[in-house]
Amino acid sequence: MSSDKIDIRYVAKLARLALTDAEVESFGKQLGDLLQHVEALGALDTAAVPATAQVVESRNVERADDVGPCLDRETVLAQAPQRQGSFFRVPRIIAEES
Amino acid sequence: MTFRTSAADIARRVNSGSVGAREVTDAVLAHVDAVDGSIGAYLTVLHDLAREQADRVDRRVKNGETLPLAGVPVAVKDNMCLTGTRTTCGSKILENWIAPYTGTAVQRIIDAGGIPIGKTNLDEFAMGSSCENSALGTTRNPYDDMRVPGGSSGGSAAAAAAYEAAIGLGSDTGGSIREPAAFCNLVGFKPTYGRISRYGLIAFASSLDQIGPLTRTVEDAALAYDVMAGKDPMDSTSIDREVEPAAGALRDDLKGVRIGIVKEFVTEKLGPEIHALYQKAYADLEALGAELVDVSLPTADYGLATYYLIAPAECSSNLARFDGVRYGLRVEGTDVGQMYENTRASGFGDEVKRRILIGTYALSSGYYDAYYVKAQKARTLIGDDFKRAFAGCDLIASPAASSPAFQFDSKSDPYSMYMMDYYTIPMSLAGLPALSVPCGYVKPDDGDRPMPMGLQLAAPLFEEVRLLGAAHAYERATQHARAGAKVGA
Repeated sequence: MSSDKIDIRYVAKLARLALTDAEVESFGKQLGDLLQHVEALGALDTAAVPATAQVVESRNVERADDVGPCLDRETVLAQAPQRQGSFFRVPRIIAEES
Repeated sequence: MTFRTSAADIARRVNSGSVGAREVTDAVLAHVDAVDGSIGAYLTVLHDLAREQADRVDRRVKNGETLPLAGVPVAVKDNMCLTGTRTTCGSKILENWIAPYTGTAVQRIIDAGGIPIGKTNLDEFAMGSSCENSALGTTRNPYDDMRVPGGSSGGSAAAAAAYEAAIGLGSDTGGSIREPAAFCNLVGFKPTYGRISRYGLIAFASSLDQIGPLTRTVEDAALAYDVMAGKDPMDSTSIDREVEPAAGALRDDLKGVRIGIVKEFVTEKLGPEIHALYQKAYADLEALGAELVDVSLPTADYGLATYYLIAPAECSSNLARFDGVRYGLRVEGTDVGQMYENTRASGFGDEVKRRILIGTYALSSGYYDAYYVKAQKARTLIGDDFKRAFAGCDLIASPAASSPAFQFDSKSDPYSMYMMDYYTIPMSLAGLPALSVPCGYVKPDDGDRPMPMGLQLAAPLFEEVRLLGAAHAYERATQHARAGAKVGA
């Protein structure tokens, strides 16, 4: 997989990351290089190998659905970049009808 | 001065009443204020909190309590939450974020009498091997200020090496405790995945992240581990299994211990001086009574490629939470989508962006099976290699890093930096407990001053006691760290 096959702007859009033209150039090249290194995995025969889900055996555990101690609302909202009353305030999400 | 001794010794003296925790703390803080301007281990020094905690410890000791870490100065990596303190992850996106709660590992250290001296520098979000990826400061290696301390737990390593703390808390995803420990002549210990709760550790790659100590002695690593390990209801991935105390089980010899030497880890490739150093280290293990056996890890060479798909994939998912809505930096935009993109563009540094991009790509539609699933299958093979190897040995010995500490700005290509973790990543992928213990000094290619190196020892899952016990025997017989302990004097 070479760098010209990565649509870096599309990946950045998925990752919610604004990139400058210079970053598109430099990251595109670096990620292409890295992908060439990871292509080495193609040499491993994994047809019959299960994917690792966890390295330490664990099993599902259940507990009663009781409310435990948690942070109070004021503590959490105190670090909000913008708040309005007891809400986080964000820029407009739905565009105005034209 | 009391604070230049080991954590175990400080705790003994404070518990016996021969010195106060406050006295030790004041001395450490004065030392930090004097030297940290040139070392840069700490991003935040907690003068008031440390003194308050020291007074509390002195009261508890006066009331008859014996505390395993009484008065022990501890450096906390700045990706671990501590109530009321700035917790930055070395990132502009969290530069002014104040943790509203304390993580379990840190809380257990405090409950055991440890004194949080400050929050230490790291590669941004723990992504890096030199601390150069921090957006908030430069940390220098106490053994040579032209060189990096390693990373990502470089601040905690520098703090412990320069006597600015007796225990540095680190986190290790692919080598971030063991590599800086090797660079700074310390013991750096990553326990089994899940042994220590990660509640309050800001997540990087959740199937790999593990907290552990960086200390000047094996005994201190065992002490810190004994305090931190064990099931925590706040971390569902923490292991519900009894923790056998390690501090009381340290050995003085290696009789009856079979130590595997990995035939694929050819140290000749690292140059004649480093090769000779590791041959000597293996011979020293044998002289202590160990039986050296050849083992094979045929898939270990694929560790780096596997890791650099899995860790970025998990990072791209974990770091999605930094979007300018609930905490941290916000950079405005015309709508909410632009606000997300602008915030993340301004808040994250280059390495974090690279890993988010590669991870997003590896998880994206059409590439998921080819990259992410393939890597998870390779991971199974790497784990199987270790299972086979440990059928014939009790521990595995190898280099911890492929070179001593390098100079600033000398690894401009991201992949050459990634190569630093070649020997530590396979153990991380398999979830194994592993540590680095000082094993001597070599002259770097680009300098004359000998720099420390680390011997990595790894054990099967949950065999921390075996691992620390053997490391103690090696440390006691060789005393490599003591020979070089001249920094911060």
